[in-house]
Amino acid sequence: MTAKAVTLAAAMREICGACDVLTDPLELRTYECDGLTSHRTVPALVVLPETAAEVAAVVRACAAAGVPFVARGSGTGLSGGAVPHAEGVLIVLSRMRRVLEVDPVSRRAVVEPGVTNLAVTQAAAPHGLFYAPDPSSQVVCSVGGNVAENSGGAHCLKHGFTVNHVLGLEIVTPAGELTWLGAGTGATAGYDLLGAFTGSEGTLGIVTKIVVKLTPAPEAVHLVLAAYDSLEAGGRAVTDVIAAGIVPAAIEMMDALSIEAAEAAVHCGYPEGASAVLLVELDGPAAEVEAELATVRKLCEAAGAREIRAADDPAQRAGIWAGRKSAFAAVGRLSPAYIVQDGVVPRTALGDVLARIAALSAESGIRVANVFHAGDGNLHPLVLYNDAVPGEAERAESVSGAILDACIEYGGSITGEHGVGVDKSRYMPKMFSAADLDTMQLVRCAFDPASLCNPGKIFPTPRLCGEVPGHRRGPRPAPSGAEIF
Amino acid sequence: MSVDLDVVRKDLVTACGKVRKGKAADAGDGGAPVPALVASPGSTAEAAAVMRVAAGHDLAVVARGTGSRLWWGTPAARCDLVIDMSRMNAVTEHAHGDLVARVQAGARIGDVQAALARAGQEIALDVPGAASVGGVVASGLAGPRRLRYGTPRDLLIGITIVRADGTIAKSGGKVVKNVAGYDLGKLFAGSAGTLGLITEATFRLHPRPAARAFVTAGYAAVPAACDAVAAAANSPLVASAVELSRPGPGGPIRVGVLLEGSPDGVAARAARMAGLLGDGVVADAPPAWWPGAPQAGPGQTLIRVSFWVSALARVLDTVDAAAAQAGVSPLITGSAGAGVLYLRTPAEGLLGQPGAAGEAGGDPEWTADPGGTAGQAIPAAVAEFVAAVRAAVAGERGAVTVLAAPAAVRGELAARGGMNGTVPGLALMRAVKDQFDPGHRLSPGRFPESA
Repeated sequence: MTAKAVTLAAAMREICGACDVLTDPLELRTYECDGLTSHRTVPALVVLPETAAEVAAVVRACAAAGVPFVARGSGTGLSGGAVPHAEGVLIVLSRMRRVLEVDPVSRRAVVEPGVTNLAVTQAAAPHGLFYAPDPSSQVVCSVGGNVAENSGGAHCLKHGFTVNHVLGLEIVTPAGELTWLGAGTGATAGYDLLGAFTGSEGTLGIVTKIVVKLTPAPEAVHLVLAAYDSLEAGGRAVTDVIAAGIVPAAIEMMDALSIEAAEAAVHCGYPEGASAVLLVELDGPAAEVEAELATVRKLCEAAGAREIRAADDPAQRAGIWAGRKSAFAAVGRLSPAYIVQDGVVPRTALGDVLARIAALSAESGIRVANVFHAGDGNLHPLVLYNDAVPGEAERAESVSGAILDACIEYGGSITGEHGVGVDKSRYMPKMFSAADLDTMQLVRCAFDPASLCNPGKIFPTPRLCGEVPGHRRGPRPAPSGAEIF
Repeated sequence: MSVDLDVVRKDLVTACGKVRKGKAADAGDGGAPVPALVASPGSTAEAAAVMRVAAGHDLAVVARGTGSRLWWGTPAARCDLVIDMSRMNAVTEHAHGDLVARVQAGARIGDVQAALARAGQEIALDVPGAASVGGVVASGLAGPRRLRYGTPRDLLIGITIVRADGTIAKSGGKVVKNVAGYDLGKLFAGSAGTLGLITEATFRLHPRPAARAFVTAGYAAVPAACDAVAAAANSPLVASAVELSRPGPGGPIRVGVLLEGSPDGVAARAARMAGLLGDGVVADAPPAWWPGAPQAGPGQTLIRVSFWVSALARVLDTVDAAAAQAGVSPLITGSAGAGVLYLRTPAEGLLGQPGAAGEAGGDPEWTADPGGTAGQAIPAAVAEFVAAVRAAVAGERGAVTVLAAPAAVRGELAARGGMNGTVPGLALMRAVKDQFDPGHRLSPGRFPESA
């Protein structure tokens, strides 16, 4: 089978230059998946444009030929949002990695999509500013990918998500036209397409420039670690901190299994034998943080902490955070394979849902390590299994799905920050009605009537634009290769 | 309207029960058409039934909260039916442990805030208490605290809407962290009733600050004022608002900073902020000139200028030059630290001397201006002013949007870039409108037809 996309190779070389167009099967294979390795598709063609004009020309060529295309940043996504299309072009934006401008007085920076999240903060730091969204992958993940996924991070509890920190986007529309959404000022006439585009998982166009908001670096940062003999006790501390009217920068919790894994991996020195470790980070003006720190310590103690540590210097804080930040990778030591979940529940339902997860684990014999953003109810259960044992992967998948069902049942969400991608599109009808999904499709149809831009993501059964609601076609495009899903 | 009024009325009564004939007052202040009928649904289901009837009879529909800003922007060109949301005024859910509240669109913000305050919480928007939740979301209204908390779109975590054809749809939910599906709330925030009817909104809440302080200072020169704005907004003292007020072009400039937090923390921060401003005065209540959310009275033109803060001095100079050229004298206020200023020209016949109005203290309402005979805000002059500011600010990556204007000014503006000037992404906005409201029956003519 020769995909139509391959016939575009010559045109793409004209646009991007010969060395920026990949057709070699081995090279193509490098791009077969993103951070979610369970979904793999080798693209027909890979292009690596270096300018917005090149991206636009590439997209125009795809649009003219009716060839689907998928944008990819650093490929760290955890929902398969950047999984290529077997008959499509993968547009890799990693060569567009210039910080174009930092305006410290305006607290704005303009960056290209391939710039890493951390690089923005590094460019802003000399001016006493930082870029607030900080997904755990911030060393490698790209700002363009952050825009696509509306990335959060541990500190979004207080500082907000990518969508709260992006003020303007230059995009290439699915028809191949360059346009701006938002003017970089946070106040623009007309519809907030900037907001609607952010978090659309690459399905409404490709970002080529991003105007981000920078935030004054906090004067004081304190990190409190509290160890508990039960998750319930840790949960009580969280409830009491919130009830005291404190909005910490981050509240994270880990259970015994994830503590054990982190300890083995990075020797983070968390209190031995703890059933739960709670991390509360406070940031802000020194005069506020000192008072909040005293309150948080008191509340953590009152909830039954067996040990409390506090750190205010960057090295100590980094040491404590290392345990939390390594948790996903660390469970690799406990189990040959695992699923990272990303469900959300109202914070007050955390206790009930954790109990449900424990019960699911006990019933199935599948171990689940819990790492979660306790402040906003975003759970990252790590569902451990051995793929060498027949049937275990399926049981793990079923536990993972049951966890999402519990999240929906308690009024939460199937994804807090990783996105729907290809991984969770089948859960969308559990969270949203057919009318809800149909209404979202109106946005899709306005941007991408031909359904060529990252097709097959987010929505289980996209509607043909112009079609009467209720008359649906199958997944577009129909899988013709073996391994699309 | 395609059929007999009585038939439509009967169908509407079946849909929601509360239906009456339209009155002049239903059109608001800005010369919008008087509706034939007004329906007041009591639930999202009734609202959907009303919208289905409207679709069936091809009615032009205008959604109405409290009507306070119905005349803003370009008023609807046609209106057969006003959907009055005032009966949907409940706080449906307040999960205080989750810092989340779900409210119906017709609820007044002031009533909602009072209910949330019982748990020590709030929606962090400083907008007039009389405004409805739906109206605030649909107009994207925000006051000085936008610097720290953003605008309605930043606080909205879920929305329920009724589409033009009567389909009920929701997006988001009741958890703050949620990236499942497209965020229709963003699209509807600021959509001015042109994409669908908002019936419910879910907000993330903040704890009400235990203490606040206002630090203010006055400046005779533009550069000193701009330095103060930048120093305050970029300070790690975390300002909730950095406001500016200038009673007229060339006049003295006041800068005010709002700090919120614990009593001790705020006191310490205010003392330091006073030093940053040079010679700041600390008070626990807002100064009389504190702008609040942008507002406009009948006959006044309200203009929003958004820009990069590093261009503030040039924007102020531009406004001066354009005002002198056009012969108008706008009041200049707004969230300078967030890169947003509002220019308000007086109503016709009430133009004051440059720098004179507002100096008497209190909210500088132009209607209280004693020197009201000094000139006239001739519509053509206002339009010329807008066009001149727009042309200059375009080079600063800024935008000039006329938020409200009397019909005569709107008419003059038509040939001068309209109310919005160049709107980035307009072609996509038109496509979105066509998808959501293919018959262009929802507030027809307001947007994007007017752009």
